[in-house]
Amino acid sequence: MSMVETLSFAVPELFLVLAAMALLIFGVFTKESNTRQITLGSVLVLVAASLFVIFGPKEQGTSLFEGAFKVDGLSSFAKVVIFLSAAITILMSDRFLKGEQLGRFEYPVLILLAAFGMSLMVSATDLISLYMGIETQSLALYILAAFNRDSRRSTEAGLKYFVLGALSSCLLLYGASLVYGFAGATGFAEISKIATIDTPNAGLIVGLVFVICGLAFKVSAAPFHMWTPDVYEGAPTPVTAFFAAAPKFAAMVLFSRILISAFPNILDQWQPIIAIIAVASMVVGAFSAITQKNIKRLMAYSSISHMGYALIGLAALGIEGLTALLVYMSLYIIMTVGTFAAILQMRRRGGMSESIADLGGLCQTNMPLAIVMTILFLSLAGIPPMAGFWGKLYIFSAAVEADLLWLAIVGAVTSVVSAFYYLNVVKIIWFNEASKPFERDIGPFLGVTAIVAAFLMFPGLTIFINVLRQLSLTAAGALF
Amino acid sequence: MTETLADAPWLSLLTFAPLLGAIFIIFQRMMARRDEAGQIEANELVQVENRSKWIALGFTLITFVISIFVFFGFDSSVAGYQYVEKAGWLGNGINYKMGVDGISILFVLLTTFIMPICIIASWDSIKNRVADYMIAFLVLETLMLGVFCALDLVLFYLFFEASLIPMFLIIGIWGGANRIYAAFKFFLYTLLGSVLMLIAILWMYSQVGTTDIPTLQQYTFSSGAQTWLWLAFFASFAVKMPMWPVHTWLPDAHVEAPTAGSVVLAAILLKMGGYGFLRFSLPMFPIASVDFAPLVYALSIVAIIYTSLVALAQEDMKKLIAYSSVAHMGFVTLGIFSGTKQGIEGALFQMLSHGFISGALFLCVGVVYDRIHTREIKAYGGLVHRMPIYAVLFLFFTMGNVGLPGTSGFIGEFLSMAGVFRVNSWVAFFAAFGVILSAAYALRLYREVIFGELVKENLMSIKDVDQRELVLLSVLAAFALYLGVNPTVALDIFSAPVDFLIANYNTANSIIGGGL
Repeated sequence: MSMVETLSFAVPELFLVLAAMALLIFGVFTKESNTRQITLGSVLVLVAASLFVIFGPKEQGTSLFEGAFKVDGLSSFAKVVIFLSAAITILMSDRFLKGEQLGRFEYPVLILLAAFGMSLMVSATDLISLYMGIETQSLALYILAAFNRDSRRSTEAGLKYFVLGALSSCLLLYGASLVYGFAGATGFAEISKIATIDTPNAGLIVGLVFVICGLAFKVSAAPFHMWTPDVYEGAPTPVTAFFAAAPKFAAMVLFSRILISAFPNILDQWQPIIAIIAVASMVVGAFSAITQKNIKRLMAYSSISHMGYALIGLAALGIEGLTALLVYMSLYIIMTVGTFAAILQMRRRGGMSESIADLGGLCQTNMPLAIVMTILFLSLAGIPPMAGFWGKLYIFSAAVEADLLWLAIVGAVTSVVSAFYYLNVVKIIWFNEASKPFERDIGPFLGVTAIVAAFLMFPGLTIFINVLRQLSLTAAGALF
Repeated sequence: MTETLADAPWLSLLTFAPLLGAIFIIFQRMMARRDEAGQIEANELVQVENRSKWIALGFTLITFVISIFVFFGFDSSVAGYQYVEKAGWLGNGINYKMGVDGISILFVLLTTFIMPICIIASWDSIKNRVADYMIAFLVLETLMLGVFCALDLVLFYLFFEASLIPMFLIIGIWGGANRIYAAFKFFLYTLLGSVLMLIAILWMYSQVGTTDIPTLQQYTFSSGAQTWLWLAFFASFAVKMPMWPVHTWLPDAHVEAPTAGSVVLAAILLKMGGYGFLRFSLPMFPIASVDFAPLVYALSIVAIIYTSLVALAQEDMKKLIAYSSVAHMGFVTLGIFSGTKQGIEGALFQMLSHGFISGALFLCVGVVYDRIHTREIKAYGGLVHRMPIYAVLFLFFTMGNVGLPGTSGFIGEFLSMAGVFRVNSWVAFFAAFGVILSAAYALRLYREVIFGELVKENLMSIKDVDQRELVLLSVLAAFALYLGVNPTVALDIFSAPVDFLIANYNTANSIIGGGL
């Protein structure tokens, strides 16, 4: 394949990174005055990048750069989701950042760079490109977490995220070097030929375990979840919204790809680990969230438990499991972005409100927001007829098909526990005495995002879930 | 009826008609004039609320009329499902499929009949957030009808679970002092029961490749699998029923719910448990049903005797009726798992009759609660002097609750006990204590509230039932009486599917059970 042909497959990434640079230069020269143009520019860049992915070269499963980078159904699906959710979070941040005097042009550029890192992650088929993708993404995220540099909470969050993130990168890198040492290759395809059941190799398995630990940190699965609540709470709220959505999806796709394409022949070694991580995440997420008073911390624990459910799909192996994982993650992203759009509307004179108690009697002061939040929280809880239920249904179904009945039962029981705290939010919205109303002037994007997300959860995807499932099935087919 | 009319999606229309009403109410409220702060103006609010009531009443009545049409087009000599509709949904054997047979059509009718009554009963007693209240009830009606019409397990589960949400809101917003505790208890108890059923449904799906209910009813699971599946479904339906010892959510929910909420809970929501046993446990897991019948008998007898004794000691009128509901549901489970024609028909009849009678009893409590605002039995006494008509109606329903011959309560209890007697006479013997005890607590309630001297200050000026209440209670009384003297009306409708069910049940047990 000629160089031009090869590069034609990487057009979205190239476009993204070049556009980010261009916007950065533009921003440096025009100073603060052009923040708005840069914000809108980066949204357009992300939308264009996702169009490139959708309408780009369709030869599926093309391996580029000597097997380091692969364009297939899975990566394309993930990229579209990542780019679009990044674009929406940029739009959602606009009003907030201005209100907090944070309207700097670096913000959208950093998100573009993070999105670039993520798109490398989901296409990586080599340990080196995998690591590069993760680091590109993480560096941008560290800065974003500390973006409110005059706030102690935000800088603390950034530092904490950086230190723990560096630790996890070390684990990952150490594991990758062990795998390389014992397998003699860094490409997933070559590793899969060496890592077979006939030659059980302790070094290789230790390396694999380290890689899993590092990746579990990135998806914030228990017991590697400690950073999540603090970073979620400390980071500026739109950044938290971004953290909770796209990076999780990218890391989850990467997780699936490395385990399924590099270690398919020793799956009995890693399947129990994934199952245990899934159980731990569901339990931690369900029980720790009960006592939370801050809605961002609540969402942190909620995302931990959601990662647990998604990992069940990975533990269930096979195309059904991966499809379930993708459906679950897509629904999770819609719900999370919608919920954060609603949280960003919790604004009173004098600043943002993060306390759950401030939602008291919302149904009397702001009925539309109350309905939107109720739908989203019930959907997060996985209660039918909200579409969040389908995520759980497919995950449990995949687990049952894969003879992991116990995992499905644990998941079902913890979902009742977590239903308690989601219901508690619904209770505060509907049953408590009304507290002071939130500001009505919220800009156009937050309201629309929240309403569209809620509408997708009910009744949109309740009826048309099969569309999402078919898309995920096609994407998942790329690995099998 | 012409071909095209018969092929119309009547059941979907029936099921979603109330939802349409809810959407109407939402729209008319959005149209209302608002002040600068975005709140609806005071006199406009009164109009919005009035319109909401009328829309809700109108749509529940329309639904009732549709259900009557469905009933007239229904052929009760056929055992299978009728009015079947099917549309693609999740693919891979999971479809949107609706249909009714002789068993479910009666529950559909019960639902559509009770709902307008609930709306009228709440007409004056609900004062705050009337529009929301009506929306919640209409949505609830859609979900309940969906449960009874669904012919696909996933669709059934969807409706079954979703019905928790409006009920949670109804208890939590319009309930009594301890309403939040009760709402959570109601929701989480039932949710925990149902998630296990969800896992069982998924397991069945992985085995059979479809969640189509008629197909699954024909499928024979191995007897080992049946045990686990039966237990998982039992976890869900036993909580919903509710059976002892998982009944404790019911008294709390009943006490805290507004009157109409209690009526819906007692008359319809509890019936979902019994309906589930008949629709799933018995036909799909016949062997396990036989194996576990002793367990069900034991739990039912404990429920009948123990909760009757508990009811004797209650100080709260609603709580007393709630416990008596648990006891009456004990007869239903006895009848169902007797596996005999009398037993099952008795159970079905008991569910119908309990729908009328306990619903009416909660309405009776609501009548005095609206006037005096307490449910304490001690706060009343001597009402007969001021409320003679009320005393008569209350007496009639009390007698129905006791199971006096001539009321529908008698037929249900008698048939289910007769069914159990054929299988195990000791069980019937113990269950008969329940009949005696029910007379004890029901008559005590009646004596303390209605008879005696009228001494309490605030009762001196209490008014008798008004026209609205009189109509509601008389209609219910008429139905309870009519079913009591002419039970064949109902028995004929579900006789064919019950015969079919029992034939399958016996075949399954003679083929596989004989081999064990």
